[in-house]
This record gives sequence, C-alpha cells and structure tokens, in this order.
Amino acid sequence: MNGAPALHRTPLYDLHRQAGARWVHFAGWELPLEFSGILDEHRAVREAAGLFDVSHMGEIEIRGPEAFELVNEITVNDVRRLYPGKAQYSALIYEHGGFVDDLVVHMVAQDWFFLCVNAANQHKDYQHILRYNRRRATVELTSDRYVQLALQGPRAQEILQRLTSVDLAGLRPFHFVDTEVANVAARVARTGYTGEDGFEIYVDPAQGPQLWTILLEIGRDYGLKPCGLGARNNLRLEAGLPLYGHEIDASTSPFEAGLGWLVKFDKGDFIGRRALEQAQQRVSRRLVGFELHSRAIAREGYEVLVDGRPAGWVTSGTFSPVLDKSIGLCYLPWDKAQPGQAIQVLIRGRLVDGVVVATPFYRARR
Amino acid sequence: MYPQHYRFTKEHEWVYVEGDVAVIGITDYAQRELGDVVYVELPEVGQELTAGKVLGSVESVKAVSDVYSPVSGEVVEVNTALHQAPEKINQDPHGEAWLVKVRLRDPAELDRLMTASEYEAYIAQASQASGSSSE
Repeated sequence: MNGAPALHRTPLYDLHRQAGARWVHFAGWELPLEFSGILDEHRAVREAAGLFDVSHMGEIEIRGPEAFELVNEITVNDVRRLYPGKAQYSALIYEHGGFVDDLVVHMVAQDWFFLCVNAANQHKDYQHILRYNRRRATVELTSDRYVQLALQGPRAQEILQRLTSVDLAGLRPFHFVDTEVANVAARVARTGYTGEDGFEIYVDPAQGPQLWTILLEIGRDYGLKPCGLGARNNLRLEAGLPLYGHEIDASTSPFEAGLGWLVKFDKGDFIGRRALEQAQQRVSRRLVGFELHSRAIAREGYEVLVDGRPAGWVTSGTFSPVLDKSIGLCYLPWDKAQPGQAIQVLIRGRLVDGVVVATPFYRARR
Repeated sequence: MYPQHYRFTKEHEWVYVEGDVAVIGITDYAQRELGDVVYVELPEVGQELTAGKVLGSVESVKAVSDVYSPVSGEVVEVNTALHQAPEKINQDPHGEAWLVKVRLRDPAELDRLMTASEYEAYIAQASQASGSSSE
C-alpha cells in the first residue's frame, strides 16, 4: 500500500468489518465484496431481500431558477417529464456522442435536482456539468453528505414499511419521497440496480450505521441479508443493466448499448445531440446478452467469435444462480446480434459454444 | 482443521496417499478465498501429471484459479461428480470434493510439501499480508 492514495471507506466500514465482510477495492473505495457469499446474497435478493451499502455512489445537486434548463441541456432524457418526487434514468453525453456517465435524475422541486452518479465518475461529471453551466445554476458535489443504502427484493416494501409512516404501496417505481425512516430524515426512492423491486435510501452519514443496523434487525424475519458488491454486480448483469466502464464508456453510443430509448430528440437542444443523430443512423455494433453451453465464466475482455472469426468481446460475464447458467454481455456486429445467433467465447485457450439471447436474462414477477 | 496425514502446497492444494495412490484436492483456505465455486476443469483418466504443473482449474464468480499438481503420476480417477455439483468444493474441500487420484510415481516428492502445522503457519502469514481480505 506504500505510496498508494488512501482508500475511501463508508461510515459503515466498522460495522461491515464486525460482520466479517470480505473486501474489494472499487473506484478508490474499500467496499464489502461479500458477507455470506455472492450466490447466497444473490438468491436472498431474488427470493426475499438484500441490503447494500452503496455510499460510494456520487451525488450532485443542481439548484436555482436556471437548474431546469441546465439539467435538460446536459442529460439526454426529457426533464420536462419530471415533476417533484419523480426520478428518471438518464445519461450525460459528450459533444462527440459518447457517455460521460449514466445516472438517475431526481426532481426534488422545480428548481432543485438531485443526481445520483457513478462513484468513479463523480468528479468528471461535476466538471462536465460546470463546463455547460453558463447560466450559473448552483452546482454542488454533495456525495459526502449521504450514506446510501439499497434495500432490494420482493420483501423490501414489507421491511421498510415497518420503519416509516409513508404509504410505500403508493410510492411507484422511479418516484421518491422525503420522509423519516426509523426516526431518521431520509430520501426514499423506489429505484435500484438489481432488476428487483426495492428502494434506495439516502440519509445523513452520521445516521447511516444506525439505520443499517435497524434494517438488518427488522429484516431478519423476512429473510433480509447484508449484501456486497459481488452480488450487486451479478444481479444487475442478470437484469441486463449496463455498468459504466464495462458496457458503456466515452467510446460507446446509447444506441449500440441498447439505451437509445433514453435519448429524447423531441425535447429540444442538448449536449451531444448532433453526434447522437448521426450515431442513430449508423449503428454498426450492438450490445447483446449470451448464454454459454458450459458453466465456465466468460470474463470481461474475452474474445467472442462468430463463424470462427473474431466478432467482439465480453463486457461482463458471470454465473447466474437463478438460471444455473453462465451468462454475459458482449458487443457484436449489428447483423450478428439477433437472439439465436451461435457464438463462441475464447476462455483461456478453449472455444466454448454459446448463443445470443434476449435481455434481461431475468425479469422479476411484479 | 487441516488433517495431519495430508501434505500441502504453497498454491493451496492438498494430497494424501492411500497405498500407491495420491488423492489431490484444494484446501479449505483456497475455497474460502475463492468463494462460491461454479465450475471445475479436471484432467482425463490416463493423463500424466507433473508435480508443480497445472492439472486443471477451479472457478468462482469472483475468480478463476489454476490448480497445480502436488505430485507426479498418472490420473487413475477423476471426481466427475464435481462437474454437476462444484459447490461441494465449498462444502467439503478436504473430503468429498477431492479432485483427482493419481498413481504416485515418486513418493519422495511428498517430502517437499508442507505438513499441516507448517501449512497453518503459512496461511496465517498469508492472511496477515493480505490485510483486510479475511478476518
């Protein structure tokens, strides 16, 4: 560790250590990789519920009379569709059409937006937004003002309802409310990154450890388990959700990443619009899901072949305990990207057969 | 924890001998480091293994790890049950989840391996060096 920059730790670090977490270094953070085991935690989220400490996620707040115009200019989704208490998945795009980041935009009030961004990108995002802030809205990087907990799974609502007076059944997906959870002021959003129903809860860092402990205590009877980054990555992949730095980056367009639906050309001008209009006309590759006819895992960067020729590479791969199959995402030429297309993945010198399948690999029963 | 009649490698394999057959597996420490095992690659019966060379691999969601043969000899039996139930490696790494049986060519190779108490000291040091990786 000599000479390496100190790793960030969440305010829940000591609790995780006491719980016997195993650790991973991610985006400059030392975070729990697993508690009871990646697959055990994965199943808990699909069958009952899981609790994740995702305090590494970044928050950026944009306020003032100019906030609305700024957010609509820097993101590709249509901010006019938002209203206070509504959130939307969106993207920050460069002028050249590649991703700065993907994010969730929350409208707290007409003149107040709360952006949840990727940990590794938060400083880049902040600088990017400042560059276009000609009208001088108030833009603040507020990541260290929040502990973010993700409570995910079919029993998440029952568990959280025990601790709040807000009627959670009335809180629809991609809506949020400022309320109290266990007598702690909290922003509760019906969002997540697991493909499962659930909530993301933002609280003051000083209250984070207490809320984590109470949720686990109350949730135990419902099958709630503490979960690490390993399960989180597996779950999002099974749900077909992209991860920045893997499926999307500065060289990727939303159209090839299957995120074309985010781009609302009818909303007026926005950063990257011209490049995206062109990108939409010439999509040469597409992000697809695949399954392998082997339990071996196709890891990031492994080569994908079609008809014996190199055709793309794996962006993420794992073993799905729900499907009992090895699954992954990869980029393929657009004419080879149909479900049913036979592929091979080169796994440590061996060609393993697989097939392109539709994503998500897993869809929650609502 | 680590059986007295087993011998161990620095790469976290174990071996014990029944007559002229050596039984080979990976250690409890190794399976804990890997986490949930989802796939194993094993050699064929009849294949010749060389001490210190790769005999196969064990893969978890987290990582894939080569398995090195602690001894030289011909593979006489493979634990094919692991193909369907690789999680046995997490459940019973020193018993049911043996990987291969080998006809031992040179029993002297065993003398170069660690005893149980030496291995325990070795992994205690390894855990310390990796710091936060286990508690």
